[in-house]
Amino acid sequence: MPGKLKAKIVAGRHLPVMDRASDLTDAFVEVKFGNTTFKTDVFPKSLNPQWNSEWFKFEVDDEDLQDEPLQITVLDHDTYSANDAIGKVYIDIDPLLSCEAATVISGWLPIYDTIHGIRGEINVLVKVDLFNDLNRFRQSSCGVKFFCTTSIPRCYRVALVHGFVEELVVNEDPEYQWIDRIRTPRASNEARQRLISLMSGELQRKIGLKVLEMGGNAVVGYLQCFDLEGESGLVVRAIGTACTLDKLSPGTDSKEPVFSEDPPHSLSGPPTPLRTLPSSSPPPFSPSKPCSRQSSSSDTDLSLTPRIGKTSPASSPSPPLSAPFLIPTQKLTEFPIFTLTCFPPGFLVHVGGVVSTRSVKLLDRIHNPDEPETRDAWWEEIRQEIKSHAKALGCHAVVGYSESTSICEEVCILSASGTAAMLNPRFMREGCLDTGGSDHRLSRQPHPGMVGSERGEGEVSSTWLGFEDASPPSCGFVHIPYDEFNMPFPAQLTYCYHCRRQKVPDVLFTTIDLPAEAEVTGKGCLIQARLCRTKKKAQGEVNATSISNLLPFMEYELHTQLMNKLKLRSMNALFGLRIQISVGENMLLGLASATGVYLSALPAPGGIQIAGKTPSDLSYDQHISTMQKRIDDTIAKNKELYNIHPPECIEEVVGSPIPDRQRSSRLFRSTSESSDELSELDLSHGKKDAFVLEIDDTDAVEDIQSLLTDAPIPAGFYSCNTEVMPGIHNWTSGLQMFTSVRVYRLSNANLTNQGLNKIFTDLCENLLKSLYFKLRSMIPCCLCHLNFTVAVPEEELIQVRGHTYLSTPLLLWSGENEEQLQFSMELCGESTISNNQPTAKPSAPSVDYGSFADRCSTWLELLRLKAHTIRRGSVKTISSSERCSPLPEGRSRSLRSTRSLPCGAPVTVVKMTPLSFLPGTRIVKYLGIINMFFIRETTSLREEGGVSGFLHSFIAEVFAMVRAHVAALGGNALVSYSMKECVFMENPNKNQAQCLINVSGDAVIFIRESDQEAIPPLLTSRQTSSTGADGTT
Amino acid sequence: MQIRYAVFTPILCRTQRFNCAINNTRLQMLFTQTVPGAIYLLATVSPRLDRYITLVKAYKMSMELDVFVGNTTIMDMEVYQLWLDGLTVSDAVKVRMDEGALLECEANPEVLTSDTMDQFRTFQMCERLLHSPTKLGSQLLYQIPAQNQIILIERYYEFDSVFAREVLGKKLSKGTKKDLDDISCKTGITLKSCRRQFDNFKRVFKVVEELKGPLVENIQRHFLLSDTLARDYAAIVFFANSRFETGKRKLQYLSFQDFAFCAGQLISYWTIGAMDSMMEDMDVDLEKEFLNELKDLKVLVNDKDMMDQHKILVCAALRGKIKVYKLMEVNFKNLSRALVNLASKLTHTKDVRDLFIDLVEKFIEPCRYDRWTVAEITLFLTHYTNAAHCLGTFRHQMIWDRYMGVIKSSQCSPLLHLSLIKVNYLSPTPSISSVSPPVNILNELNTFLICKL
Repeated sequence: MPGKLKAKIVAGRHLPVMDRASDLTDAFVEVKFGNTTFKTDVFPKSLNPQWNSEWFKFEVDDEDLQDEPLQITVLDHDTYSANDAIGKVYIDIDPLLSCEAATVISGWLPIYDTIHGIRGEINVLVKVDLFNDLNRFRQSSCGVKFFCTTSIPRCYRVALVHGFVEELVVNEDPEYQWIDRIRTPRASNEARQRLISLMSGELQRKIGLKVLEMGGNAVVGYLQCFDLEGESGLVVRAIGTACTLDKLSPGTDSKEPVFSEDPPHSLSGPPTPLRTLPSSSPPPFSPSKPCSRQSSSSDTDLSLTPRIGKTSPASSPSPPLSAPFLIPTQKLTEFPIFTLTCFPPGFLVHVGGVVSTRSVKLLDRIHNPDEPETRDAWWEEIRQEIKSHAKALGCHAVVGYSESTSICEEVCILSASGTAAMLNPRFMREGCLDTGGSDHRLSRQPHPGMVGSERGEGEVSSTWLGFEDASPPSCGFVHIPYDEFNMPFPAQLTYCYHCRRQKVPDVLFTTIDLPAEAEVTGKGCLIQARLCRTKKKAQGEVNATSISNLLPFMEYELHTQLMNKLKLRSMNALFGLRIQISVGENMLLGLASATGVYLSALPAPGGIQIAGKTPSDLSYDQHISTMQKRIDDTIAKNKELYNIHPPECIEEVVGSPIPDRQRSSRLFRSTSESSDELSELDLSHGKKDAFVLEIDDTDAVEDIQSLLTDAPIPAGFYSCNTEVMPGIHNWTSGLQMFTSVRVYRLSNANLTNQGLNKIFTDLCENLLKSLYFKLRSMIPCCLCHLNFTVAVPEEELIQVRGHTYLSTPLLLWSGENEEQLQFSMELCGESTISNNQPTAKPSAPSVDYGSFADRCSTWLELLRLKAHTIRRGSVKTISSSERCSPLPEGRSRSLRSTRSLPCGAPVTVVKMTPLSFLPGTRIVKYLGIINMFFIRETTSLREEGGVSGFLHSFIAEVFAMVRAHVAALGGNALVSYSMKECVFMENPNKNQAQCLINVSGDAVIFIRESDQEAIPPLLTSRQTSSTGADGTT
Repeated sequence: MQIRYAVFTPILCRTQRFNCAINNTRLQMLFTQTVPGAIYLLATVSPRLDRYITLVKAYKMSMELDVFVGNTTIMDMEVYQLWLDGLTVSDAVKVRMDEGALLECEANPEVLTSDTMDQFRTFQMCERLLHSPTKLGSQLLYQIPAQNQIILIERYYEFDSVFAREVLGKKLSKGTKKDLDDISCKTGITLKSCRRQFDNFKRVFKVVEELKGPLVENIQRHFLLSDTLARDYAAIVFFANSRFETGKRKLQYLSFQDFAFCAGQLISYWTIGAMDSMMEDMDVDLEKEFLNELKDLKVLVNDKDMMDQHKILVCAALRGKIKVYKLMEVNFKNLSRALVNLASKLTHTKDVRDLFIDLVEKFIEPCRYDRWTVAEITLFLTHYTNAAHCLGTFRHQMIWDRYMGVIKSSQCSPLLHLSLIKVNYLSPTPSISSVSPPVNILNELNTFLICKL
């Protein structure tokens, strides 16, 4: 069924001079969609042409509407020779196809040329008239909403969560086609940009179809990636979580507080009532309950794989959970995998730990682009593996799931990671009942808002209360999901420090954000483990094997580093863990980042003790004791820094909150009560002869060095890689986002592992230091969503790419009335090394090293709870008898930030943030997904200020284009922004460089919280539209 | 390209092995930086083991690329000033270090260098936009908060008055630009900064030259400058257009601000816009017609009767009011002739250019010779102007007022105050309306009068 696309070219401005003689330009515009092209008249001799064209109308299939971008080309008319192209604008029509998103694209968009960058701006108007297609066999999926946000979008409510959706499209890379030899770089770049735009459109449409098939209407946590496999082709793949979302009407808006829309907001946001909630009573959560009804229907694509998920939760420790869960298993053939990282409270029952899988593959030419089976099979294998890992942890679901690749020549490492979790069976059952038939589900959809929610509320809150008996919300998720007598790995279990009923591990690693209900002591901080390993240059299978062999050791080392650093900060849980391993010609780089916190429910971490192997020498002993002293000092300092106070101080506080009371009561009872508690304390003391680390062993020295050389964060700064900083609650709405990219070249090829490690660590530290310095004027602030990416693109070249996000919320906390600023930042360090290899051998058979590597790679996670990690040497981990305060002092005294930064001028200021929300503001409308791909090339590198100048201006241009598109949609912010790809290649000898950047995010309209309070709900929508209008002007 | 420091671990390993083998030998390590960019590690293992002295080239790691881009462009205004001053990155880093930048945030020189390079690059990329400030507001490339935009523009167009004084009245051409290195040497302003300032002058001049309407407003509209800065630019444009001679040694005592004040006076009295603001006026040029009409003033000196009458009137008004009354009475004819001749000569472009030097030579220096005070000159000129109105036969009142308006207010105050009085009687910025002399001068006058009587 057709839709009608209408476009109007209004005007241009700041055009470049194309005619040297007159210093002017005779510009006209070509508007192309599919195979239809329209042209405007030539507007002679002007740099600010006013075309004011008629409406160009394209009558096209909605399938094409989803796949194709609207291409606008600005040209300079030339009577005698060929017309010169000034530049192009690609407009993604997708946001216009959903009735709830944007209705018109209107505004100034930068005209972009892959060689010259931005060359002026053009004002366009684009509209779509869509005729609804109800054909069952249609190929389009218009109307399915896409969100990059990995939590439930703010102004929506989840009716159902359907589960995992994935799709993958492959094609030949135009850069590697024969025709590339004869065409200009510009033509080649444009072909590539167009192809990727087409492919991502197609991908989105196909995923949309799957979602419709499942009965959903939206994809949340949509993650799209490109694999530039070089000779073997171009892969565009995407994963996401299919949901049925209901839009909150303004009425429900006011009735149901923020919470139903945004769990993370409640963490960060000012509402003081909520702060007291998590520990006290569940009823306030009840409005959010209906959100979490969810089904776990299987993904049809994955049904090819063996169905081993059926009996998974048999080992589940809590009997009330397993029973209801087993009922729907006949339908639940697959594990649900969720790309979400934030959940409504109560959704997560237990968290098992991180599961991850890596697989090394040899790339093969994709022979038939229409049948991307090989790549599909690879990923299926990996997902299957992930599922079985989760099962081993006694969990039936994986949350916070993500996939990534690292490619070097023909070797490719596929990685996937997530957090094994038990989801609330009540929600599951509810969902599963719905999965009885998709028709049924669809029929329910129309009236979910009022009736459904009310019913759900009553019911769920009661179930919740029932459920609470088992584990209170604030600590439930840390309870172990696996059988304590049949643990998948050696772990140190204790009773939960919060409820004293269930067992908890001593350390918890997860890939998700800190759940809103979690009780945190003190503040969190960024923890990074960095590792470099050399490998021999090799090709084909040999190379793949050596990489496979290295991977498990790397994961092990990374894990050890993380663990040590965690202990050093006396914290006991990691959130948002992201481990990236990138492969180069002669080295592998591993970078793990996470946010460490002290969870009140988990036991206090022990210190670190060092002992020499053979303490015969006196000076040697001395050395060790100084070392030990330094470590102890650091721990003490960190406790102070992160506000992690020993419980003794807190106990004296009058009216201390529940967990504290429980703890103290436990102290009183401890002697009389249970004997196993004592034994458990003994157990923890038994840890004393844990970490063995030889001091004179270079490895150990290196470890200790890396422990201690972590530069302290300058005063006033906080950093974390999760959405919100644990322990800090008052944010200002001022925020700033940054991207930082660094490339290093190593000049000496004979590097040892230690040398490389040191270099790599220094790179990361320096990057952070630079950031702190840059942002010093914003102190106090917090760098949130700090995200490092490393890559090794060339021989002896380490490329540290960072994109850095920074939000500057103002916060008032710890009782002092000083204004504090906070940023969030996303940063990708990218570090890359590769060697020039003779041309890759064609069609090397794809060998699967997967299972081998995978098994090893999951070591890391299995080691999660290993307190007795024995290493050569003697670093001992002691579980101290001290316990940390379960209550962050900031929380009780936290004040609501009253000051918000002055509202921006009427000029469209578009904010960008990697967070899914803007502190101090409320998102009132989602306008659609922004997913853009740009290539920039230059043949005059020196003239453009060298590589730095080139990349600097390119990134600035990308930001400008993203902002312009958001503004054209009527938005004033881009949330969940991420720079997924930033590939940089240079050839200084030829004075050339090329760079590819892929960015994505959700365009939104936000209003300041203060405004919203002043304006009644009905008016907000009007204001929204006016904001939108402002945006277009 | 900045070369980064090195990593020594392998060497440390080796020395550690030494340590095992040799046992208790003293290890000495020297880090030397013999060649910039490469750090050498000299490990000396006790004098006995000279053969182990090794010079090992350590690993060096060079940063190929270092970029930091914010959604909102972050600019450090202090660094901006260093950039505007034309400093190189390394010089700027030194200045920042001296200012104590390293104390903040535990920064090290590397971080500082990286930050400075980055900021400089940002400014360099913004420079293109600053050339047409109106574009800065509408461009999409950099998201810069409005108040920062204003600061960026204002600072970019700010100039050193020492530099401006040098260029004042010169043709803003390539030739002058070539001489900038001389000016740079003379003033101590970096060549880069000189070029920027010169280019700014030229750019503003080019844009405003052909425009109609008030000069200051035109500059403000096109370059979004503050009022004071726009006035200074108006003076520069005005001088550059009329090419007034300012470089002569005798004029050296005058500062840029003095000339700027004069320019303001000239614009408000002697241009077309001065008379009829409604007309499509051109503030840049002096009114030709007016200059021609100045010839008619000759009658004041050529007509003997009129001159005598004029003298009598002025003397009557000034008698007893100035110290130098006697001298004035003697010299009146010379002074009057000087002023009127000056006016009548202005038809020739050459003489217009020499306006200031002529004024100084013909009028100010004689007065100076006679030890006039500024107050006295002011008083004299006031009465000299007013007396002309009382001459029954003098018909060129309007021209006279326009001419003397400039001479009276501008020439008197700024041109004289440094030359005549070594003691600073006048406030540094004399205003047009300050016909009444400052209090201390009045006091002096009083004491003088008392003595006299």
